[in-house]
Amino acid sequence: MFLLADNVWLDALLRMTIVAVLVPVGVILLTWVERKVIGRLQQRLGPMHVGPFGLLQGIADTIKLMTKEDVRPDSADRPTFELAVFVIVVPVFMAAVAIPFTADIFVRNMALGLFYFLAVSSLGIVGFVMAGWGSDNKYALLGGVRAGAQLISYEIPLILSAVAVAMLGQSLSLYTLVELQDNTPFIAYQPLAFVIFIIAGLAELYRQPFDIPVAESEVVGGPTVEYSGIRWSMFQMAEFVSLVLISALASLLFLGGWVWPFGADNATWLQVVLMVVKTSAFILFFMWMRVSVPRLRIDQLMALCWQILLPFAFLQIIINGLVLVYDWPSWTLTILSGAAAIAMGAIIYRVARRSGVLYQTSGAAEQVGLVL
Amino acid sequence: MTYEEALFYVIAAITVAGALGVVTARNVIHSALFLILALLGVAAVYVLLASEFLAIVQVLVYGGAVTILILFAMMLTRVRDIEGPLDGPQRPFAALAATVFLGTTVLAVTQTEWRGETDEATVVTIEQIGEALFSTWAMPFEIASLLLMVALIGAIVLARGEEGE
Repeated sequence: MFLLADNVWLDALLRMTIVAVLVPVGVILLTWVERKVIGRLQQRLGPMHVGPFGLLQGIADTIKLMTKEDVRPDSADRPTFELAVFVIVVPVFMAAVAIPFTADIFVRNMALGLFYFLAVSSLGIVGFVMAGWGSDNKYALLGGVRAGAQLISYEIPLILSAVAVAMLGQSLSLYTLVELQDNTPFIAYQPLAFVIFIIAGLAELYRQPFDIPVAESEVVGGPTVEYSGIRWSMFQMAEFVSLVLISALASLLFLGGWVWPFGADNATWLQVVLMVVKTSAFILFFMWMRVSVPRLRIDQLMALCWQILLPFAFLQIIINGLVLVYDWPSWTLTILSGAAAIAMGAIIYRVARRSGVLYQTSGAAEQVGLVL
Repeated sequence: MTYEEALFYVIAAITVAGALGVVTARNVIHSALFLILALLGVAAVYVLLASEFLAIVQVLVYGGAVTILILFAMMLTRVRDIEGPLDGPQRPFAALAATVFLGTTVLAVTQTEWRGETDEATVVTIEQIGEALFSTWAMPFEIASLLLMVALIGAIVLARGEEGE
């Protein structure tokens, strides 16, 4: 590994600075992408007037948000209210440190990178709970409690599906896990873990259909309701950075990152292209889900996590254990995991059909009783 | 003073400040948040001791999960600032308990034969931890899982009982 400076500490500082400068720029660009993509999916044009194709809209919005008054409610608990946004943003940036984007472009290549990523990103929950309680607003509190319940629940299937991949690769280093996929990406062996990872990842991002913590029509933005200006934009930044990180992690763990399908020795520019294509595919998929799937109710959300995703995540781990211990050929892994993935899909479809979610006929009165 | 030493004192100060905050804050939620700070400070000390695995587990279990549950329970109940003094007539007993604990800790620190300097600390890899956990210490590991199982079943029994079935 090459150093940017002679001193390790200075080197670390430089690397952190690069991340801290590049990430907000990426986020500004990504807000434009999201508005444009969602606009197109809804047969609108999206931002058009600021700059060519509305490209400068993100910068205009940033300036607006930065110059806006930073309003605090009179009755808010000031230290909790003000520190909450940092508790949300800092872990996201800390998690970014662990993600290798190509064989050469990374901040730190950690032996426990995957584990570190999952542990650090779980800290953000504290921020949501702080924001919800500190705002002294009942909608914020409800949103904060919902965020706590949802994020802590879906973290478990997310971690377990990552564990399944780590079992297969016999490593917790993201770098090693990617290098192992130069012939076949892990999605071919772990379709079930992949599906669970994507669903749980979507829930961790609290985007639709899992956006009940911040649902505008139910809790008017949840924990973010009392925030304005720069503090509100930090919530937004954390959300978009997590979106990129979960997408990058999914492409590293399941799609072979920068290695598959051209092998480990391809040129750096090709590695960058591979990573950008794979990560963007996931980002676009998450945006697509946002405009096409209706929101889950909280009981449905919890049932999906604890009654379907969690048992199937354990099933994937048991399958992996059997295949690894008895040294069965790798295609058995594909068949067993694939069959389990299809079974999970069938169960979700049946339950959704029976409860009428697919036709969304449930009355509003029923939902009022389930605000929490 | 090396960078590591300087860093250690900063981390130690933050940890102690967090721990003091837990007992002196007048609001229970603030206490819980200070507890998170103290626990994360301990995780940082583990990193300085070259025990990355332990540090990450500390963050995952205490930073992300246990304290959230504490916060959760408190937010669903009515929380008010505590008026008046934080201590009461139990003061002498508390002082006694604290002194005994401090004495034990000091004794433990001075009586232990420390192996070498901190920069000589060997890094224990996750493979070694896994080996030890599932071969040498398999029995305690299984007992711990049994305990968790009992707690889970107990929780289910309590939750079901409320429905009046």
